[in-house]
Amino acid sequence: MSNGTKYWTWHMAAGVVLLILLGLHMVIMHMGGTVHLFSPHGTESVSIENSQWRDSKICFAISNILLLGVGLYHGLYGLRTILLELSLKPALAKAVTVVLVLVGLGLFGLGSWAAWAAHTVALAGGNS
Amino acid sequence: MAEPKATKQINFHVTRYNPEKDPKPYIQTYKVDVADGMTVLDGLHWIKENLDATLVWRYSCRMGICGSCGMLINGSPTLACNTQILHVSQKDITVGPLPNFEIIRDLVPDLLSMFDKHAEVMPHIIRDEAELNSPKGEFYQSPEQLEEYLQFTYCIKCGCCMGACPTLATDVRYLGPMPLTALQRYNADSRDEGFKIRTEVAGGDSGAFSCHYAGECSRVCPKGVDPGKAIQLLKRKLVLDYLHLAGKKQPCKKLEGPGQGKVLSGMTPPPRTIEKVKIITK
Repeated sequence: MSNGTKYWTWHMAAGVVLLILLGLHMVIMHMGGTVHLFSPHGTESVSIENSQWRDSKICFAISNILLLGVGLYHGLYGLRTILLELSLKPALAKAVTVVLVLVGLGLFGLGSWAAWAAHTVALAGGNS
Repeated sequence: MAEPKATKQINFHVTRYNPEKDPKPYIQTYKVDVADGMTVLDGLHWIKENLDATLVWRYSCRMGICGSCGMLINGSPTLACNTQILHVSQKDITVGPLPNFEIIRDLVPDLLSMFDKHAEVMPHIIRDEAELNSPKGEFYQSPEQLEEYLQFTYCIKCGCCMGACPTLATDVRYLGPMPLTALQRYNADSRDEGFKIRTEVAGGDSGAFSCHYAGECSRVCPKGVDPGKAIQLLKRKLVLDYLHLAGKKQPCKKLEGPGQGKVLSGMTPPPRTIEKVKIITK
């Protein structure tokens, strides 16, 4: 099986997951005044109390990390496609792929650490 | 036959380029007396006969079959023999070589890169060599099986879709609409067993997944082929195959021996026309 098919299939799958998670994000964060979902401390979804309450929940921590992962994969694959379309030499094309993988892994590690730290801080603050 | 009466004078802005002399292509304008019904190809002939014998282009059949006279006419890749001048312009018309190809001279693109890619996709029936070398009988293909790939066989390899493709404009390694359509044409053929062999090239970095579905290839095709659809079908097949969700291709039925016509064993042949006539007469 060629890598092109593999990467593209996961790109599409990541797109679907992004659509679902971003839809949830829109509903929870930007329609909080209407739907009052996951915001027990008043209608202001982005208030520090509501944010900490959500961060304390393991499902939110995991979905934040998942959103970061699929967002990075989807975006960086798209960027790679654009760059490879510039008719790069094979060695340079490979270097672009390697750099983007490293950048993606780095950002994913940093973001996951931050999401998990927010989760543990929220738990320690008694927002469960 | 009498000379058709000139009805209008049209300015032909033609791209000229001789790689041996000119540093880059330039535009030369000719005033052409155009009669109703004249094609762009007729206009170019008129220029060559009356104004400039050095103008070069490629053509053959003059009836939209051979695919030799693909050109960029008023910014759109199409066949010069299939385009009437007064249908596209009443005053000015631009004629250039197909984009995304090297220019051999004036309006003649170098189509070798396209045919190299075409060969790369193995556009032929792939089956067991032993069977091909000593065939035991004919293949049976139902009208439904034929329909799976029929429209893709109408491609005349004119290169218009390649000239219209925005992806090919930036990525010269991309296979392009014509070769990928040919690939899908054989993948969809019930007699073919070469899907796995073609997968590497179809799903590679220069394959179907480089297509962004701009759809220009389908819009400009002078034969009504839909290369965009072919590429989407190819992508679907590749993805389903990767996910192990693709249904197993039904092997093409074979007739028992040569000379069996289109009738499988166990099938009742339809009555012959002559027999029907006899019945009606009775």
